[in-house]
Amino acid sequence: MSAFRAMLVRELRLARRGGGDVLTLVLFFIIVGAIVPFAVGPDRELLARIAPGMVWIAAFLAMLLGLDRLFRPDHEDGSLILLRQADLPLSAVVAAKLITHWLVSALPLIVASPFLAMLLAMDVETFWRMLISLLVGTPALAAFGAVGAAVTVAIRRGGLIAPILVAPLSIPVLIFGTGSISATQSSAALLFLAALSLMAVALAPFAAALAISSGED
Amino acid sequence: MTSRQVFPPLSLRATGLVCGRGGMALTRALDFSVTPGRCLLLRGANGSGKTTLLLTLAGIVAPLDGVFALEGSDAETGPALHYCGHRNAVKPRLTVAENLCFWAAVNGATGLSIDAALQQVGLERLGDLDAGYLSAGQSRRLALARLLVSLRPLWLLDEPTAALDAEGHDLVTRLLDNHLDMGGLAIAATHDPITLPDPARMETVVLGARP
Repeated sequence: MSAFRAMLVRELRLARRGGGDVLTLVLFFIIVGAIVPFAVGPDRELLARIAPGMVWIAAFLAMLLGLDRLFRPDHEDGSLILLRQADLPLSAVVAAKLITHWLVSALPLIVASPFLAMLLAMDVETFWRMLISLLVGTPALAAFGAVGAAVTVAIRRGGLIAPILVAPLSIPVLIFGTGSISATQSSAALLFLAALSLMAVALAPFAAALAISSGED
Repeated sequence: MTSRQVFPPLSLRATGLVCGRGGMALTRALDFSVTPGRCLLLRGANGSGKTTLLLTLAGIVAPLDGVFALEGSDAETGPALHYCGHRNAVKPRLTVAENLCFWAAVNGATGLSIDAALQQVGLERLGDLDAGYLSAGQSRRLALARLLVSLRPLWLLDEPTAALDAEGHDLVTRLLDNHLDMGGLAIAATHDPITLPDPARMETVVLGARP
């Protein structure tokens, strides 16, 4: 357990000392949302109607941006080889990375989402539903992303391949995510989203660990 | 073997081991065995497969042919080897002590304390410095300190003396000798000749040369 905690502490320290990475993701998230009114025109009704989808797309894109940070630095400086021989199982290493990935790349987006809600003329009730749906759904995005990053980590300049691998896997998350924001049948969609998240988070560490340990260096 | 023996008696035995990358064989079929308290030095030109052999023994690369086994090891006790590669696995944004504490935690703090290990490798004054400020040789020393904080019987060292000064060279020799005293095994790929105080403990395999 202390090894797992050490892994968490290390990842959080690295993220905190990484400087502006978190801020960059948050700004990207807000900017994606902010350019929508320019693209579709200042029709408040239309904006309010497409807002749930836009929020999820912005969150999805912002989380893809952070994927390359998940395993690549450790791969490049040789840490990943050593982590394969650690006493701590590789799946636990991935689980720790998954938790911190969510904390540094999804939680800040959720905190920043009120700004986006304002820009997209969202009403208060929809805003609360959006907050819950992001909280429930982003772990699934992080988990799928971790698997994609693990599969592509050994590929040189594979940074752009992971998002392409991950995007199709994330479609159900987007469907149920936006479904749980819209007014009708939101609770059923939210339950599906929660099921997706739980399943993805439970399986991803093993899948990603398998991908890493079966790759050559 | 001496009274300081701390490791269970393990021996590494390889039979007809052929290592290669991308399906291309780099080494001839190798037969060797390393017994407790012995060190195998791998010599050979660039590209003769020294690193590949070490990676194969570490389980990172699959052998093309042949088998190797660490006899006497118990799967329950966890990984039995330390790999020390070209890359030092040092995080520049963590301090020297934080780097070492992390590896001690994930590998099991069964060896020296952090302070003692840093003292052994001559970094005792730099514990609070960001590892990003270390020179290449100092980073190497930090990588070697990682081997000291968790006791594991088999050391796989890839160019352990790279970037080290003359004193660092002696340090590697001393650490290696200590490790063998404790009943450990070591395989080191090196261009620098390493001379242990007791040459009988060393065996040299030249890779690349046809027998």
